[in-house]
Amino acid sequence: MSKFEFPTSIISRPVYGTLKARSGKHHLMIADAEGAEAILDVATPDLMANSHIIYIPLGTDYADKLRALSPAQFYVGPTYAASVSRIRRVLERSNMGLNIYLSGTEGLMGQAQNEAMQAGFAHSAIQTEHRGSIARRMQCVHCKGITEDVEMDPFVCSHCGLNLFVRDHYSRRWAAYQGVCIDAEDPGNVPASKGIYAQGDEV
Amino acid sequence: MSTAPQKAKSGAEKLDVKVTAVVPLNELVTRFEFQRRDGELFPPFSGGAHTVVQMVDGDRTRLNPYSLMSDPADRSRYAISVRRDDEGRGGSLFMHRNVKVGDEMVVTYPVNLFSLDLRAKKHLFFAGGIGITPFMAMISQLERTNGNWELHYACRSKALGSYVDELTYKYPNKVHIYYDDQKQAMDLKQLLEGQPLGTNAYVCGPKGMIKWVHATASAAGWPDANVLSEEFMAPEPGAPFEVRLCQSDKTITVGENESLLEAIERAGVDAPYLCRGGSCGQCETDVISADGEFVHRDHWLDDVEHASGKKIMPCVSRFIGKSLELDR
Repeated sequence: MSKFEFPTSIISRPVYGTLKARSGKHHLMIADAEGAEAILDVATPDLMANSHIIYIPLGTDYADKLRALSPAQFYVGPTYAASVSRIRRVLERSNMGLNIYLSGTEGLMGQAQNEAMQAGFAHSAIQTEHRGSIARRMQCVHCKGITEDVEMDPFVCSHCGLNLFVRDHYSRRWAAYQGVCIDAEDPGNVPASKGIYAQGDEV
Repeated sequence: MSTAPQKAKSGAEKLDVKVTAVVPLNELVTRFEFQRRDGELFPPFSGGAHTVVQMVDGDRTRLNPYSLMSDPADRSRYAISVRRDDEGRGGSLFMHRNVKVGDEMVVTYPVNLFSLDLRAKKHLFFAGGIGITPFMAMISQLERTNGNWELHYACRSKALGSYVDELTYKYPNKVHIYYDDQKQAMDLKQLLEGQPLGTNAYVCGPKGMIKWVHATASAAGWPDANVLSEEFMAPEPGAPFEVRLCQSDKTITVGENESLLEAIERAGVDAPYLCRGGSCGQCETDVISADGEFVHRDHWLDDVEHASGKKIMPCVSRFIGKSLELDR
């Protein structure tokens, strides 16, 4: 299952769409894992002739399918961190008219969107499509440490060890959801962890 | 807390001013400068703001919006430049023929519906004719902060190029002039292609120019959010029609040469407004019932709202038909 319908939430929570080909001469596509499917869905020979794909497989085997689309430029990186210098380089050398397409996990899209915003893009001008893992990139509001790929709520901050409640409050600047100590008033009274989107009484 | 006076009536707060200069720039355009009658400084404004000028012409009062084109840092005066429109409803003709130095007038506090997006890394201005006015103030503002800007300004001819000399003298490397009568045209496609990421384009000019810039930018892959435009529309004349104002319990007739908003005001009903040119959304009015066709001309309501027949912007839109009832 690579598509997931996120429940509607507070206005802070990012909402993702479906990638659509836009007109223009330059297209930058950044995807991880199942995010490749969104590119495969939108790809046409015309679009690919002007596209630069930066792809992080995360153990999936979509890379050959993307390469078979014959994009103008194609890069496969092991991690986002390894790819970010390339993303910055592309943005530095681009002019207005560049279209950005992001697909895959929320963490990837959030961080790539942040790079694009620093380069001068309005966040609303960047296309996104969620595919694959529903794990979140979380920031601990207490120690400010980032914990990647959080699937359970509550979870333990990988930096300071506090028990954190997963909020839908999102920071575009940090590209992360906010995690808040769940047992501050009654230390040790921590509800059992469950999947972030699992149905239950505590959300 | 805001120190602005509390609003008692519709529209922005008023300022009593006197005319301190009337400067003809060319055959069509004249600049009018104002000072406050109480000797105080004007409220600050940002580039792109407009003021609504009250023109008392016999028993008729016109309220027309004009972009403030003076330096926003100079709070001792406000200046507007008015292009004479011989075919228009008479506001600009009144300014040109009747307004003299020393006259007392009333203008509103500034309202900005066309402000600079200061997050942009570069500001690219496209002006057509009298559309240069908001950019005069924006340029003064950006020059103070060492902002990155560039102006492309199309005029009919050298003789009608308002402020061309001043702009090209002060900013020879940033200002590009195109004279229609010399068949000089902007290479818009080329211009849009070379702009750095984070550039915002701003257009002010004739409707055709605004559409052209939006369409060309969109085709070149520019996000819609990076292209801003302003077009004030004057209300167009049309066949008289009758309107029932339900809240006020009045029935009025909108004359051929007045807008629905003006007719509502003439009947003594206080209706909200700001720009009076179809842009700001303040005068949005609910339709209670209608038997006929709307002539929507605003930039505020979307196509679905226009088609719904549930809302009208009385500053620029009209109605043709049997009956119209408004919640006003």
